[in-house]
Amino acid sequence: MSPVVKRKGEKFTLPGKYLLFILTIVCTGLIILTFSTNFLSAPISAIGGFVVVPLQEGISKAGSWLSTRSEELVEIRSLLKENEELKAQVDELTMENIRLQQDRYELTNLRELYDLDAQYEDYDKVGARIIAKDTGNWFHSFTIDKGYNDGLAIDMNVMAGSGLVGRIIAVGPNWSKVLSIIADNSNTSGMVLSTSDNLIVTGDLELYADGVISFEKLVDSADRVVEGDKIVTANVSDKYLPGILIGYISAINVDANNLTKSGLITPAVDFEHLEEVLVITETKQAVGDEE
Amino acid sequence: MRRFIVSFLLVISCFVLQSTVFKSIAFGGIIPNLMIVLTASFGFMRGEKVGILFGFFCGLLADIFFGSVIGLYAMIYMYIGYANGKFNMIFYPEDIKLPLALIFVSDMVYGLLSYIILFLMRGRFHFTYYLIHIILPEMVYTIVVTLIFYPFLLWINKKLEDREQKER
Repeated sequence: MSPVVKRKGEKFTLPGKYLLFILTIVCTGLIILTFSTNFLSAPISAIGGFVVVPLQEGISKAGSWLSTRSEELVEIRSLLKENEELKAQVDELTMENIRLQQDRYELTNLRELYDLDAQYEDYDKVGARIIAKDTGNWFHSFTIDKGYNDGLAIDMNVMAGSGLVGRIIAVGPNWSKVLSIIADNSNTSGMVLSTSDNLIVTGDLELYADGVISFEKLVDSADRVVEGDKIVTANVSDKYLPGILIGYISAINVDANNLTKSGLITPAVDFEHLEEVLVITETKQAVGDEE
Repeated sequence: MRRFIVSFLLVISCFVLQSTVFKSIAFGGIIPNLMIVLTASFGFMRGEKVGILFGFFCGLLADIFFGSVIGLYAMIYMYIGYANGKFNMIFYPEDIKLPLALIFVSDMVYGLLSYIILFLMRGRFHFTYYLIHIILPEMVYTIVVTLIFYPFLLWINKKLEDREQKER
């Protein structure tokens, strides 16, 4: 007799095997559905945002409040000493500032000549707080406390300070998921600022402990790219706005094919101690966009 | 009904803890896997079906917030819960060796499956690196957390069972 059939006077029960089988099919279906379409992300993210995000937000806030208080106590003593040093530095910097202002005046003039100012104009940004980090140890993504209710959308770029952090890959009503450029499954097309050579920046779990990320496919036959060069996002990238700082080259090797170079980049952002990020509220115009 | 509410709260609170508080107790960037402890424990304490359901919902949460596709972690966690449920027959609350061994193996299976599906498939062949730097530390750290967390789960389960006995 089949175990699923209901016997008289007995409660209906479904054996584990069958439950496992049904849920396996459900999971496979979900994987295929989410891999090929975007159909499910809206309802599921709304549920998640309703149940989990308020909790994560509260705990993150309480946690950072506690850690700030304890840090404050430790820091008071060192602050007094630092204050002295900083006062001396202020004088020094004032002098330097005057000099830089002169340089800047010159730079503005030159930029007008080259009609470059439009390209480097400031993007509109929105601040957001990181409320949760990936639960596994394999990737490096996190969630922030703003979503489409705050005007955020998929593929918006995320920065911290002056450097690139990553981009939004999923968005809910009050949260969004950010994939960072150091995650193992992330590729970014970058450009050497000084020579405008393109390269691909790849996150790598093996390099994660050293605080660097790798780059590859740099074509530099004239050997003009050196260690310490600035890497920014490329004009040809289809997700990232151009000219955002990624980091600095810390090592270069010639590949075995003798045509391209690869190496390491030190990111401009301290990914270990990220707490707040800035989201640029415009996305890159793609081919076929009507605007 | 009470059991359902308690389970729901357990899954949500474990996920929230792991994604917020645990990043501040991480050792060398490795965080323990509380959701495996939860799934495996309820698997061998309550049987296959409960294991499957706990695994499914723990994995689903991880998928929604951090996965690239929905359903992959749900499936991994679900099978781990099911496999642990098979040991329900030889489980005694007084014995701590079996739970520790099962959770240790579960986390190893989770680590290996994650490596194979998410890394090996993308051509990252440096297995020993990932074993030494990610999988093993996570297993050890998870076991340490289990020593603190498992008695608590055991206590919750006992309370619930006592309550249900009385009502019967």
